[in-house]
Amino acid sequence: MNSAPSEYRLHIRPNSGWLHVDLRALWEYRDLLFIMVRRDFVAKYKQTLLGPAWFILQPLLTTLVFTLIFGGVARIPIGITPHALFYLCGLLGWNYFSQNFAATSSVLAGNAHLFGKVYFPRLTPPLAAIISNLFTVVVQIATILAFYVFYKYFTVAGKYFGMQWQIVFLPLVILQVAVLSLGVGLWMSALTVTYRDFSHLSAFLMQLWMYSTPVIYPFAQIPVRWRWVSLLNPMTMPVESVKYVFLGIGVVEARYIALSAGIALAIFVSGLMVFQHVERTFIDTV
Amino acid sequence: MPEPIIEVRNLSKRYRLGDFGRHTFREQLDRWWNRLLKKNAGAPLSNGRFSFNGAGAKDFWALRDVSFSIERGEVVGVIGRNGAGKSTLLKILSRITEPTSGDALIRGRIASLLEVGTGFHPELTGRENVYLNGAILGMKRREIQGKFDEIVDFAEMADFIDTPVKRYSSGMYVKLAFAVAAYLDPEILIVDEVLSVGDAQFQKKCLGKMNSIAREGRTILFVSHNMGMITSLCSRGILLESGRLILNAPANEAVMGYYTRGHLSPASVDFARMGVRVGDDYAQLLECYIKNPDGEVTPNHDINNAVIIGLRYRILRQKRFDRAFPYAQINLHASGGALIFQSMAPTGGMEDCPPGDYVAECEIPRNFLNNEMYYISVAMATCDSGVNVHFHEINALCFQVTERLEASLYARRNGFSGPIAGAIRPDLKWRVEKTETSRLNNPRESAGLLA
Repeated sequence: MNSAPSEYRLHIRPNSGWLHVDLRALWEYRDLLFIMVRRDFVAKYKQTLLGPAWFILQPLLTTLVFTLIFGGVARIPIGITPHALFYLCGLLGWNYFSQNFAATSSVLAGNAHLFGKVYFPRLTPPLAAIISNLFTVVVQIATILAFYVFYKYFTVAGKYFGMQWQIVFLPLVILQVAVLSLGVGLWMSALTVTYRDFSHLSAFLMQLWMYSTPVIYPFAQIPVRWRWVSLLNPMTMPVESVKYVFLGIGVVEARYIALSAGIALAIFVSGLMVFQHVERTFIDTV
Repeated sequence: MPEPIIEVRNLSKRYRLGDFGRHTFREQLDRWWNRLLKKNAGAPLSNGRFSFNGAGAKDFWALRDVSFSIERGEVVGVIGRNGAGKSTLLKILSRITEPTSGDALIRGRIASLLEVGTGFHPELTGRENVYLNGAILGMKRREIQGKFDEIVDFAEMADFIDTPVKRYSSGMYVKLAFAVAAYLDPEILIVDEVLSVGDAQFQKKCLGKMNSIAREGRTILFVSHNMGMITSLCSRGILLESGRLILNAPANEAVMGYYTRGHLSPASVDFARMGVRVGDDYAQLLECYIKNPDGEVTPNHDINNAVIIGLRYRILRQKRFDRAFPYAQINLHASGGALIFQSMAPTGGMEDCPPGDYVAECEIPRNFLNNEMYYISVAMATCDSGVNVHFHEINALCFQVTERLEASLYARRNGFSGPIAGAIRPDLKWRVEKTETSRLNNPRESAGLLA
């Protein structure tokens, strides 16, 4: 006999619990997670002409469009901060959020052929997507820093903004976005697999969500009596915080952050519950 | 006594028919509303495998109270007709879906191979895919690294390992994929008929690999329609029928059981009415049947009558063909599983194949078969750029050829009443006549010459 009998035991039974996430399996398949991260990264840019340069170009082009349309044509007042920096900072969190959402919301329907043939933790592909998207975040931070140096030291506007020491908390802000986007993505992925209607809704939802988040306008522009609505949006504080730590502008308060993080956590936990409830038998219905 | 490595207890799985999940939110709201209006629709009506739950949806029991256990080191074949519940059983044991009730205990690392090449990414190279596929099947990175050269060797793929797999031929793809799976090192391996891939030589290699895995004392659970493979590879067989386990015996007994239970197998199957979809996006098998020349669908056929095998199928979309056209095919198997012949419907005159329903009937002439039991597989394929199989139902139908001895004892059997050996007994042309008495062969004349 080649392999000694292992202590490995598996009990297969109908499962009706609501929060039964198999963390041990996730850990056992950690190598798959790393390989999937690599695959996401390699496959995405393999056949493109510019390759990884798209990581920098994508947010830059969006920033350019925003600067032209919202800054130049619509003239949304954002203060005296340089437009390009304002939008780049606003987009940092938002891009990460929307990329994660796009990758996770289709995970069940998009991988049905795979999930129908082989078992591995269903949470691995969305986690891999969120990790591989982190790379985009790093590249975007580098881009922001480059623009920051230019505007701070080579233009007159330089003295009106400045980096805050709270920038050390930036990873926590990114973490909140990751957790939230995973939660929303899992919700959506469970809903689309059960009701196809939701696949049509998701693009619309993202658009609406972006405009209700202070990405292209400052939070301070919202009339005071409506601010509480925006504060219930768990993306408001992360986006506002990024602008604050890089530029020193924006409205950031500890209680707002606590509320926002709490909502994000609630969405994450409930999304996880719904997802694992659907995930166990969804293959019977697709 | 050691504990069994797999213990399955009263495993059942229910599917909802006519309620296939693709409903919209509005329909769900309607359903909730209806449920609110008439809270108690009464207990669901049950009818064997199907039960009706009042709301119009049918429950279908793909597995019902299946219990068995497998000892460490056994190689067990799971057999049964299409729809008997084999795949459902494997899917539950490999954790792709969950049972409705009952449970299973598995005491060892398990890997399942329900399809080769699962998760291959076309943009990645062979090398990258070996790692990805291995990890999907549950291998650690380090394990794959250790076995990488062996895998590439086994697949005979060293020259192409750094080419994206989208440039591979389908044969190369399958070889690499099987090689990855063959070097998995689980204690329990679940295999679903993957060996029907690749060329004959590679298949032989795969079989050899399976054999050596089995000899190493690993436990294998193997599903196949190939009874020869089951008897040569497995020590034990589990026969499923209509979701129930009906036989758990040594492999050859189980295979015998599979064939003798064939008496119950139908002379006609109406897939369309059962709500079972057989086919791909081009052609779909609706029904197949066996009838006698009077048009009566029956599993019993007199040896003096022709046997007519029919397929009703639907072409789903328009498609252009140049020289090779889709054709229907039947395969006739003897009760021992051996293939007697394949017959393809000629496609002349059908070159356009507009979408719609078709009937193809094939007549096996009278006095061609033996008085035996036969199995029919029906298929449809197109041979443009490789064989493209639209559907293939193995052993879909079964019939018995009968012979009334009193009618044929002297007419055809020359008074011999015993069984006549052979898979078929065709009425061949014979010429028997009295010839002129030849000089050389006449002993008297030869004697005269010598004298």
